[in-house]
Amino acid sequence: MKKLRRTMLFCPASEPKMFYNTPVYHPDCIIFDLEDAVAYAEKDSARDLLCEAVKTLDFKDIEIFVRINPLYTAFGETDVREIVKAGVRNIRLPMCETAEDVKKLEALLTEVEKENNIDVGAVKVQCAIETPKGVLNALAIATASPRVVSISFGAEDYTRILGVDRTKTAKELAYARSYIVLAASVANVDAIDTVWSDVSDIEGFKAEVQEAKIMGFSGKSCVHPAQVKEVHKIFTPSQEEVEKSLRIIEAAKEAEEKGIGVITVDGKMVDVPVIQKAERIISLAKAAKVLK
Amino acid sequence: MEFVKNKAGRMVPTYIEGIGELKPFNGIFDAEVAGRRHGAINSKVVPTDQKLLGSIREAIEKTGLKDGMTVSFHHHLRNGDYVLMMVMDEIANMGIKDITICSSSLTNAHEGLIEHIKSGVVTGLHTSGLRGNIAKEITTNCILPKPVIFRTHGGRARAIESGEVKIDVAFIAASCCDEMGNMNGKLGKSAFGAMGYPMVDAQYADKVVAITDNLVPYPAYPISIPQYLVDYVVVVEEIGDPSLISAGATRVTQNPLELLIAEYASEVLIQSGLVKEGFSFQAGSGGASLAVAKFLRDYMKENNIVGSFASGGATSYLVELLEEGLFRTLLDTQTFDAKAATSFMRNENHVEMSASMYANPHNKGCVANKLDIMILSATEVDVHYNVNVMTASTGVIMGAQGGHPDTAAGAKLTVVVAPLMRKRIPIVVDEVTTVVTPGETVDVVVTERGIAVNPKNAELLQTLKKTNLPVMTIEELKNLAENFTGKPEKVTFGDKIVGIIEYRDGTVMDVIRNVVK
Repeated sequence: MKKLRRTMLFCPASEPKMFYNTPVYHPDCIIFDLEDAVAYAEKDSARDLLCEAVKTLDFKDIEIFVRINPLYTAFGETDVREIVKAGVRNIRLPMCETAEDVKKLEALLTEVEKENNIDVGAVKVQCAIETPKGVLNALAIATASPRVVSISFGAEDYTRILGVDRTKTAKELAYARSYIVLAASVANVDAIDTVWSDVSDIEGFKAEVQEAKIMGFSGKSCVHPAQVKEVHKIFTPSQEEVEKSLRIIEAAKEAEEKGIGVITVDGKMVDVPVIQKAERIISLAKAAKVLK
Repeated sequence: MEFVKNKAGRMVPTYIEGIGELKPFNGIFDAEVAGRRHGAINSKVVPTDQKLLGSIREAIEKTGLKDGMTVSFHHHLRNGDYVLMMVMDEIANMGIKDITICSSSLTNAHEGLIEHIKSGVVTGLHTSGLRGNIAKEITTNCILPKPVIFRTHGGRARAIESGEVKIDVAFIAASCCDEMGNMNGKLGKSAFGAMGYPMVDAQYADKVVAITDNLVPYPAYPISIPQYLVDYVVVVEEIGDPSLISAGATRVTQNPLELLIAEYASEVLIQSGLVKEGFSFQAGSGGASLAVAKFLRDYMKENNIVGSFASGGATSYLVELLEEGLFRTLLDTQTFDAKAATSFMRNENHVEMSASMYANPHNKGCVANKLDIMILSATEVDVHYNVNVMTASTGVIMGAQGGHPDTAAGAKLTVVVAPLMRKRIPIVVDEVTTVVTPGETVDVVVTERGIAVNPKNAELLQTLKKTNLPVMTIEELKNLAENFTGKPEKVTFGDKIVGIIEYRDGTVMDVIRNVVK
């Protein structure tokens, strides 16, 4: 079954209370953040806390990612060594600009895996693309290693470098977001949309999530628990969609058995792409437990 | 001291020196009720008499207050109240001792009482709750010679009406009053809203003194407490700071954890089938509890449901529901914030009620008993569904009974909302430190990680099990909490009883003992 990555909820690794509270919002993934959310002086203590938490707490079916500090900083490599040892199997690589960045992490991961008797390749990577250069290299990044399971877009640094304002219409992000979705699709990995930082504006957030879904993203990075529920509502197939997809799959199965070529469901022609879309919806619905 | 086990399973004394005979709690509606109400004394006021006096001291002198008497106050101004301390300071200056204070509650505004207790001016306290330093001094340093009697809001009205508590002088802060004593809390710079508590005191106290910072031409209107119950009127510069009313207990939450709990709770209410045309609702103070109204609102709108009444403890949340036409009436015994005070001033469907009408179990029918749904907070809940809202896990007093036991007993569905842990301390425990609300009156406990249904509600349990809600047993909830926190250390209590938890019917639910440092 497809792994759901509708929501990736950030949680600062320096806040132990949040380690055990964040799972109650049931995001698909939690990203424990060692990078931006942690003050320079607390980098080591936050890492220690996180390693202990990962060893002790049961996150059940929530996928755990850790956003490490970039490998070019003094903390990046130690982050990787310690958290992999503690049991983390998904790493978010920030400020990823080239395939080389991914390969560098891959080499380090392979070394750490070997040192700790972990299957080589067990640790997966999500590449955070946050710069114009990264966007243009998105496909190379997404295909740089079989470890890459998703690429995510970060609009804050992207707009800063472009020298434009981040607006609520997100027009300034249109090309980058579309391109990342395309690259992810070609590489067969998930595409995760950027965060919405105005946590008080839930209506604006919902509009952006709706757009992300239409564009083809698999999910969204979230910075507040209240956002999780809204993303799930939008990214989970509706009862109507599920029922229609089931009818399509049923009709296709019947047609195949009877050797009929072209069929129609609800008055509309059903061909292979339609069947595949229906199958994707059913797979999502099962993963989201709205269909057993 | 002789102890017996009451129906809540707690060992309670049958007699305490200075307090008298005590009856153990014997079931929520099982206390025997007999006798008549306490009678008010006859008075004579002739046309030339002046009620308006020059000072609080003069009023104290005229009332004949002396050593050993009981004075009463209300806490409608909560943390912003000035009147209780003004009066008690004057009583102390006059050299009067051995006074019992019967206040509807005590807040952080009353910390000055510590000195009056230590000097023997105050020797007895009857209140709904205690917080801050007074509470600490009483629990750990045992500064009060007799235990504090904690009463519910309904229980206080009952005790006064039955004559169990005889108030010698009631001092009543009013934000609007005339020279004859007609008064309200609705108008004036210090307006605080409904006057539910002193409406009872004024009827049964031997002497009644109105204290106001807004003397208006006769007759003051509307009249919450009428002139024929009032002996004297005193004007002071300020009765309090109404901006401090909403501090603390009635904050509006943005905390995502509390919002999640509230969302689960509202789903429980919807699933119970009680949220339907004409239903009634109340939510106690506390972030998650108040936020339930927010989630209920969306459901009521979507389904065109209009409730009959909401009651309280009127907060801005309930006022919004009233203003949007989602409830026909808001019955208000105590107004909790500025928005609710404004609503009370302007909206004729926002109706004042006395504490007796609200929750007295021994009158001819109270509003609490008409409730369909009650949402309550908790400091601790145990595996028997008993709730503590009075003592912290350290054993120190830090809360108030309020209308908690009254509404839990009265409502068809009582839902307790609480986080599973607070600061690494489990909230669901084997046994609560102090029983305030008995488990038999609690139907559901909702936390952010799980929902437990009291097994007495088999039907509701089956309904909820069919939903996606995280339903589990109360023991599973407790274990879940302990998985994170470990088993909490037991508090070391001394053998001195510092507080009596009186149930709404006057029986003893539990006692609070001193904490040994």
